[in-house]
Amino acid sequence: MYDSGKVITGIVAFILFVSFPFWHNVAFGLPEGAPDLPRVEGQAHCVADLEFMKANHMDLLNTWRDEVVREGDRIYTSPIDGTKYHKSLTNECLGCHKSNEEFCQKCHDYAGVEVYCWDCHLAERRGK
Amino acid sequence: MDKGRRKFLKVAGAAAILLGSKPAVNAIASGGEEEHSTAKKRDVRYAMVIDTRICLQHEDCHDCENACHFNHNVPKIDGKKEEIKWIWRDKYENVFTDQQHDYTIERLKGKPFVTLCNHCDDPPCVRVCPTQATYQLDNGIVTMDMHRCIGCRFCMAACPYGSRSFNWSDPRPNIEKQNPDYPTRTRGVVEKCNFCVERVTIGKKPHCELACKHGAIVTGDLTKKDSAIRKLLAENQVIRRKPTLGTNPEVYYII
Repeated sequence: MYDSGKVITGIVAFILFVSFPFWHNVAFGLPEGAPDLPRVEGQAHCVADLEFMKANHMDLLNTWRDEVVREGDRIYTSPIDGTKYHKSLTNECLGCHKSNEEFCQKCHDYAGVEVYCWDCHLAERRGK
Repeated sequence: MDKGRRKFLKVAGAAAILLGSKPAVNAIASGGEEEHSTAKKRDVRYAMVIDTRICLQHEDCHDCENACHFNHNVPKIDGKKEEIKWIWRDKYENVFTDQQHDYTIERLKGKPFVTLCNHCDDPPCVRVCPTQATYQLDNGIVTMDMHRCIGCRFCMAACPYGSRSFNWSDPRPNIEKQNPDYPTRTRGVVEKCNFCVERVTIGKKPHCELACKHGAIVTGDLTKKDSAIRKLLAENQVIRRKPTLGTNPEVYYII
């Protein structure tokens, strides 16, 4: 191979560059400042199991969205104890997680995932 | 042998013609018996009657528009190009374009008529929507899934009633007072009257009907023979907007 030194150096540099996110995390650990989300007082649990909600809230919300919009099915029955909840971001989720800025946005900023629910859904609940 | 084949072909040909004509014969045979209907068969069919005789007595009243637009967070933007409207008023000649002639009676000439999405039985907007963001429910209501709208505006081109508006900019700065019971829209989606589907499906009346203190707007289920709307339709001559286009609009006007 001609210029093998340059070619191999180039390939190694390229691989290092592409895998930057992986070896950076291994070498320096995860970034500081993982958000400390506000605890919800006075509620035993969320609409579903906590670990399920952490991992799958986006799927649950998408299912809620389709069921409400397409089928008019607005009530969710909790798999934990059968409690019935309204499938509503503004008027159910925000009832416990008071502020979308404090709850949703903090974690999404940390994870680098854009959340656009609040472009349309209102962050102000109806006055009780 | 030769004769046998000929005979076989003749019989086969005759049989094919007979079988092929069966659907046509059936159609002719049953044509006179069935009640003529332009609408699709449904278990529930929501529709609206607007008594414009009452409406025209209160030309300055905008209660239905205000109630609808407040409750659905419809922004108020001036100017024909960017305005957003779910229910609005336009003059007689513009609303009933196919009723136009030079001798319209004074009572109607240039007078404001309430108009909105007609929730057509054969809605062209649904047919053209490439993402099925606009769709029709079994009860006839034509509604939208805002999550799916990509803002292509095919539906706006398809709708012969101008019932659809496009959000050219973020609507929120133009919403005077936000109603937390309904979401706003975002830049780049189309919107229109949804027949208060969020209320009708849980047994409540649409906002415009409730807001009309003169009782000019009546909604109901057309399949129920004893409903108030059927009574109105049975007792009054009504017209619809551009019925000749074949969209089968389901908003009826008592003139």
